[in-house]
Amino acid sequence: MEMSGANALVEALRREKTQVVFGIPGGAIMPVYDVFYKMQDLPSEMRIRHVLARHEQTAAHMADGYARASGLVGVCMSTSGPGATNLVTGIATAFMDSSPVIAITGQVARPFIGKDAFQETDIIGVVTSVTKYAFQPRKAAEIPQIVKAAFRIASTRRPGPVVIDIPRDVQQEMDVVEFTDQHGARRCGALPDPDPEIVARIVDAIAKAKTPLIIAGGGVRVADASQELVALAELLMCPVATSLMGKGCIPEDHPLSIGVMGMHGSSETNRIVSSSDILLIVGSRLSDRTTGNINKFCPDSQIIHIDADKAEITKNKTPTISLVSDAKKALEAIRAGLVKCVTRKPDLNWFQKAKNDIDLDSLRKDGPYLSAVRVIRLLRKLLPRETIVTTEVGQNQMWSAVHFQSYGPRQFITSGGLGTMGFGFPAALGAKVARPEAPVVDIAGDGSFGMTENVMATSVEEQIPVTVVILNNRMLGMVAQWARMFYGRRYSAVKLGRSPCFPKLAEAYGAVGIGVQDYQELSEAVRSALKSEITTVIDVPVSPEENAAPMLAPEAGLKEVTLA
Amino acid sequence: MISPQQEVIIDVLVDHKPGVLFTVSNLFRRRAFNISNVAIGTSEKDRVARMTLTMRGGEKEAVQLVRHLENLVDVIKAEIVDTDKAVVRELALVKLAPKPEDRLQILSFVDIYRAKIVHLSDDCMIVETSGDSDKIDAFIELSRNFGLKEVARTGITALSREQKSTESQGNDVSW
Repeated sequence: MEMSGANALVEALRREKTQVVFGIPGGAIMPVYDVFYKMQDLPSEMRIRHVLARHEQTAAHMADGYARASGLVGVCMSTSGPGATNLVTGIATAFMDSSPVIAITGQVARPFIGKDAFQETDIIGVVTSVTKYAFQPRKAAEIPQIVKAAFRIASTRRPGPVVIDIPRDVQQEMDVVEFTDQHGARRCGALPDPDPEIVARIVDAIAKAKTPLIIAGGGVRVADASQELVALAELLMCPVATSLMGKGCIPEDHPLSIGVMGMHGSSETNRIVSSSDILLIVGSRLSDRTTGNINKFCPDSQIIHIDADKAEITKNKTPTISLVSDAKKALEAIRAGLVKCVTRKPDLNWFQKAKNDIDLDSLRKDGPYLSAVRVIRLLRKLLPRETIVTTEVGQNQMWSAVHFQSYGPRQFITSGGLGTMGFGFPAALGAKVARPEAPVVDIAGDGSFGMTENVMATSVEEQIPVTVVILNNRMLGMVAQWARMFYGRRYSAVKLGRSPCFPKLAEAYGAVGIGVQDYQELSEAVRSALKSEITTVIDVPVSPEENAAPMLAPEAGLKEVTLA
Repeated sequence: MISPQQEVIIDVLVDHKPGVLFTVSNLFRRRAFNISNVAIGTSEKDRVARMTLTMRGGEKEAVQLVRHLENLVDVIKAEIVDTDKAVVRELALVKLAPKPEDRLQILSFVDIYRAKIVHLSDDCMIVETSGDSDKIDAFIELSRNFGLKEVARTGITALSREQKSTESQGNDVSW
């Protein structure tokens, strides 16, 4: 069938069931946007929705939030040069958290490539370290296979971002284009079933263990293996800790859930992990934020490491037994093996969490400031179970990780690996597009919110209502906390001052802005935000001196005394 | 068996297409592997190129590098070469500007090393030598006494002596 490269791209996206593209047009991608324009005449089920961002970075985060909330591939789009480089932070964020995002960039026409033409950037060179793959079709006829391959590469095994960089003249040229199922990408099929011999060794080791414990990472969410995780834990009656990326894979009000471990995990959680005799680690790359000092990480425990990516198995810690497998299949196989041999009465005492529940009433207002911890606990009470929460990065993120219980996978969306401030708000929009029926709340800090505040324009214009709760301490709070802890309170460039007034800023964008002074006002604001059809920004004053506690010093082992 | 901090040779089969050298070299740059040599050429298959990497480090790092390499879409296969069961060779071109009275002696050591004189003019000669890296190092050392001017080395390439062929094909799509 003869068609232009731009038409081939859009048709290929449609065949991959793409429903929405987040992006910003520009010279080198206009042929594709022209196809979007013409699509307006088509019946709605044949259209692809386009959500217009105000900065390409947020378009990439929106696509990422969409992917994390839905499990589908998120697609973002930009022009060449600065449009493409603006995407990079978003692409790197998706890469570090294994999120399936496809970024489509315009490129200067083929004769100009390498000539430093206007708005030319070698985006393939720029993104190679932060993508699973980067394509540059040189003919319109290549586009269908490339799109198919890009979707396979982005979404299979360990997911991750893929870039498709399309020269403008390739978008424009007419070519005979065929749509086939062939894509030619390697290692995109299902992983082989878990090796029965290794599974038997794992089953044997766990059956002999006295105090087994499961550490669930983001790989459990990727494999949609929450049910299998909980089933195995319930069979063993063993505790489950999660990494930040695994948060919610076991409902955090489940009696076997012991919460998020690591640098900001509770000292109880970290102590329980450290006293287990066998750790079953599923879908976690054991980042430094999860394990603390890796050399001091559970030196006496046997370690069983299951991951879809074999490069993760020995990268940070050499396990006793390793299994390269899809998390779901592995958990099923291990459970099937254990059903036959677990007869012992499990010892439950060793992990009974000391009830160190914070007395919320003790967290009173400190002058004009509300307690961030109490705000987050209150949010949990106010928000429906199915709420999707996104966070920014810093204190807001760690308070949320510890104090906002998550009840399901894909309900806690955060930039764990790259730690990208400004991620939460655009990701919330992406999540809302994916799951319009679910309430979506971004728990933010004032520093992070300022980085992508213009997402408000998109949320208002495109009618994607979310709630933003800004824990406003007029500080780059986590940096200030480190300054207090490790730099003798020398506050170097952390004070943000009184600008802007966030409620007024929200009003300026046509959103709803509410400043609250106490917990009662906060409750009312959240209730009205949940009913609102317009994005609501709630400004909550918190103390610049409040720490995200507990906290392990960098380089400290998991068992060491926590600070703050 | 590989001892720590030895040189490890890794045989990598990749799709023969633009950008693949960048993708592979970018991997060991970004993950801070210590690569001392890269030799690249075609293989017995049309769309497949063979890269021979020489890495400084222990077996553990080599295994890790192989795993990272095998995550790259363009890599068909990567494996550590067992040097006891492989032919390992390097080729060097050595340019000399010897004194006239040394020429005879050069001829004799070229012969001992089974090297070849591939260019000879009034003031200069180029010797081609191949073998394992130690032999080439020794040849170059010796040449220093005879007016050594320039050296060009191909880097190590290797092939297992076991009978097997590249079972995976290159990519048969146009991208």
